[in-house]
Amino acid sequence: MEFSDLIRTGRAQAKLLRGPEAPPLRGTLCLTGHHLLLSPGPQATSELWLLLLRSVDSIEKRVASDSGTITLRCKDLRVLQLEIEGVEASLDIARSIEALSSLESVITSFPFFYRPKGLRLGDAWHFHPPERYYKRVARETNAWRLSEVNEDFSVCPSYPRAVIVPRSVDDGALARSARFRQGGRFPVLSYHHAPSGTVLVRSSQPLTGPQKRRCAEDEELLRAVLLGARPGARGFIVDTRSSQAAKQARMTGGGTEAKAAYPGWKRLHRPLERGQPLQESFVRLVEACGDLQQSTDSWLRRLEGCCWLAHVKEALSTACLAAQGMEREGACILVHGAEGTDSTLLVTSLAQLILDPLSRTMAGFQELVEREWIQAGHPFQLRCAHSAFSHARSKHEAPTFLLFLDCVWQLGRQFPLSLEFGEGLLLALFEHAYASPFGTFLCNSEKERCLCEVRTRTHSLWSGLNQPKERRKLRNPLYAPNPLAIWPSVELQSLRLWQGLFLRWIRPPEPSEVAWEKVWQIVTDKEKTKLSQPTVSASEPQL
Amino acid sequence: MEHIRTTKVEQVKLLDRFSTSNKSLTGTLYLTATHLLFIDSHQKETWILHHHIALVEKLALTTSGCPLVIQCKNFRIVHFIVPRERDCHDIYNSLLQLSKQAKYEDLYAFSYNPKQNDSERLRGWQLIDLAEEYKRMGVPNSNWQLSDANREYKICETYPRELYVPRIASKPIIVGSSKFRSKGRFPVLSYYHEHKEAAICRCSQPLSGFSARCLEDEHLLQAISKANPVNRYMYVMDTRPKLNAMANRAAGKGYENEDNYSNIRFQFVGIENIHVMRSSLQKLLEVNGTKGLSVSDFYSGLESSGWLRHIKAVMDAAIFLAKAITVESASVLVHCSDGWDRTSQVCSLGSLLLDSYYRTIKGFMVLIEKDWISFGHKFSERCGHLDGDPKEVSPVFTQFLECVWHLTEQFPQAFEFNEAFLLQIHEHIHSCQFGNFLGNCQKEREELKFWRNMYHQFDRTLHPRQSVFNIITNMNEQNKQLEKDIKDLESKIKQCKNKPTDGILTKELIHSVHPESPTLKTSLCFKEQTLLPVNHALRTIEGSNPADNRYSEYAEEFSKSEPGVVSLEYGVARMTC
Repeated sequence: MEFSDLIRTGRAQAKLLRGPEAPPLRGTLCLTGHHLLLSPGPQATSELWLLLLRSVDSIEKRVASDSGTITLRCKDLRVLQLEIEGVEASLDIARSIEALSSLESVITSFPFFYRPKGLRLGDAWHFHPPERYYKRVARETNAWRLSEVNEDFSVCPSYPRAVIVPRSVDDGALARSARFRQGGRFPVLSYHHAPSGTVLVRSSQPLTGPQKRRCAEDEELLRAVLLGARPGARGFIVDTRSSQAAKQARMTGGGTEAKAAYPGWKRLHRPLERGQPLQESFVRLVEACGDLQQSTDSWLRRLEGCCWLAHVKEALSTACLAAQGMEREGACILVHGAEGTDSTLLVTSLAQLILDPLSRTMAGFQELVEREWIQAGHPFQLRCAHSAFSHARSKHEAPTFLLFLDCVWQLGRQFPLSLEFGEGLLLALFEHAYASPFGTFLCNSEKERCLCEVRTRTHSLWSGLNQPKERRKLRNPLYAPNPLAIWPSVELQSLRLWQGLFLRWIRPPEPSEVAWEKVWQIVTDKEKTKLSQPTVSASEPQL
Repeated sequence: MEHIRTTKVEQVKLLDRFSTSNKSLTGTLYLTATHLLFIDSHQKETWILHHHIALVEKLALTTSGCPLVIQCKNFRIVHFIVPRERDCHDIYNSLLQLSKQAKYEDLYAFSYNPKQNDSERLRGWQLIDLAEEYKRMGVPNSNWQLSDANREYKICETYPRELYVPRIASKPIIVGSSKFRSKGRFPVLSYYHEHKEAAICRCSQPLSGFSARCLEDEHLLQAISKANPVNRYMYVMDTRPKLNAMANRAAGKGYENEDNYSNIRFQFVGIENIHVMRSSLQKLLEVNGTKGLSVSDFYSGLESSGWLRHIKAVMDAAIFLAKAITVESASVLVHCSDGWDRTSQVCSLGSLLLDSYYRTIKGFMVLIEKDWISFGHKFSERCGHLDGDPKEVSPVFTQFLECVWHLTEQFPQAFEFNEAFLLQIHEHIHSCQFGNFLGNCQKEREELKFWRNMYHQFDRTLHPRQSVFNIITNMNEQNKQLEKDIKDLESKIKQCKNKPTDGILTKELIHSVHPESPTLKTSLCFKEQTLLPVNHALRTIEGSNPADNRYSEYAEEFSKSEPGVVSLEYGVARMTC
């Protein structure tokens, strides 16, 4: 199939409206396989305007007598309006955009064609694999080893090739334990908390089923986790479903760990919203934010009705529970829900952010996202196929990753000096997770990425973000390394709507950006004066 | 002092209202003539000014002691547990007496002595000169003049002595108009926009009833609109809801009839009265003070308190006012019922939007002095300084401060001052520590998306915050200091380069500098001194500042891990972290 088959009209005269703040743009509209371009014509000085078609979430067309209006709602929550001359042309363009923005095939997507200047293919792809994290764990403890039991993805299709497991459990036992867990996701190490010697482990639900089956290797594996921490250590299993839902899962072959079969482990249920309801919450919140003609009361009512902040609160407090269990109780924590690819990752990654100062650095956070989300098999392609505006809803979409970013933003707001990255990085990750010229968020698992040769044929987002020119946008100028755990407040009084994301295109950004620029200036001034200081102090001993 | 029976109680516990683990600090409670002081085992001091106390409650006796809850006007709530009931009772009674004074002379301001001599004290009072301020605005000029009509407070007791009115309004017109206005508060100038030649004027409601007219009042309004050469019509903003204004007509008051006044455009804005605002704040504080709320409880509570709706109404009115002046160059007359609550809010906020001077520290003080203090906002009654009618208490000024805070959030670079300044002002309208906010008007004186940091500034478990502001200020000061040092050093080096003949080698240069330039050495030492504390602050920003001191607290909370374990085991772990 060629893109040209889908492009009915390649160009037309159009006017682009970009919300109440930006001035309208006039020029020639061009449609290519991956982009929508607006060239302002020779007399104008402003630059070419470009939109990745993949980021169009929904499209709405209206026609008048001799022109048409297309409303494009983007996945990054922007709303654009195109006024196109000619009814026929506008309908054709609308249909072409519709077809091109919803292409299913991965290998014809833009990342496979994107070749920016200054980046080399394959540059940052070996940046953060689990092997790298294992090196750190190996320095801290001897109880864990790197297993390549999943080398060909046959044991668990959604895990990476290498996983970190207890040293005392051999590969055969791992494979048998995998058969007892949904999707083969047997318990693997997520984070080793060196100060207390405890670990955070994640998996999917055990397949106990209605007969309450057991698996000796799985039990052995969890026993080995406790023994590896320290003799007599306790463990908590944080199940991200309600106990009701967990019991019901037995009917479909799933279930939870039986108390008797896993001595030393205690089960806690902390239900987290997932899937459809989470997506609906997101949709309702975006709707409420987009409605500018409402009273204070109805705004508050809608904010309450969409429950988004309740989800933020639940996610953060479950992560705090896991972190508290490790740091304060000295217990090992196993987190799982049903599939172990959504709320499980939310909890494990947030708990690490709370406990681990390294994951709060720029490189550490990127590594965390790569390890705990991308490599750990969060199905980005399914979850982020559509954002809040699309009418075509499949049941796989859910803004779990966005919820994670929101929780990180809340942490950053409560501890403005403790994160090395700023809001800019979180916004960039949100954008790129939904539509990106980079290959990092493509596909649903490491296995699929290998099949599509993503690593060799696309650029990594991390190399794009780590270019020096992005620094000011992404970094937090006020960062001061903080070796302590950061315990956020999860009372509703302390949680806030993430205006920078949800109101990003609605309210004028200038004043806060100017203030941010000023902070940068003060900080760089400080660095400058600091640099000049050694020359002064160097002369001091000579005095 | 006669009210104080017990001055010191030991082994008192201070509870944290947002902590779920019933964590408490144990320490000693001291009662002084002006403050209640609690010193915990870490020697951390909590000072509570008696004037800040809004409510003292003694709860039912428990096994651990007698609980004493103190609610403060600056939204601090402290929960003590006093081991012996008799001590608790003594303190309770003393606080009841001390927190409500009957006479101005008993207020803290009259005993507060900050080691100033009389001239310094006088200078403090002369810091803000309103005549100077009107000169800055550009009055008097060809259209506006200073009127001496109220020199002896004869026409209006609650207005200041100096009032600016249109030049063509004669004294009989002013006197006539004042008789037609509630409490004699006739239309006068509040702010003059020199560039647009338009004015903000303020007054109280007219005594129009159902049909009464007053020619002098009509003349005065006409004079105001004539004083504006650009635009002949003027806006009259009644900041009350229409229904309230209509109801006032039955009492012989009311609002301007558009038919009787030429060239006016009449407009209601709908800000609710002081009683609505008081109960709204009450509801807001109830919602804020509850721990472990669900999302729906929190937001429906927030919504039903109506607080944000009221804030928005005030902002909307100020925006309307500012637009009328900047877009249409029209003068605006603002009034409510008596013209000292809503009118002050709208006039001052409108001026703040129009004039960047009011967004500086000095300018903001001038604005408060002009629109609130001199025009007779009843601070003493609204803040409950003295034991008086509780129905007169209302958070009108608090709302104004919150509106300003919202503006600082939206325009972070437009203001010279920050949240701390606003909080400080809020603190002092209640503290009675300084004389500025005492009394209800100038004559008598010849004797806050809702603002969480104010409503929660004392709840340390709820606001684990590192202070961005402190660190930026530190950096900025450090930068300035370093730059100054560099300049000093550079100039020294230049000087020295000229002196020695072989000034090429830096080593020798500095050797030669040293003995004869003590200034260089002192400046270096000075630099080290200033650097050290700043760096120290940078490193320990979370631990060093008691307000941010959270981690050590948490360590205590978790190390007493009993509740944590129990809750973990039952799977219902509720956490404050």
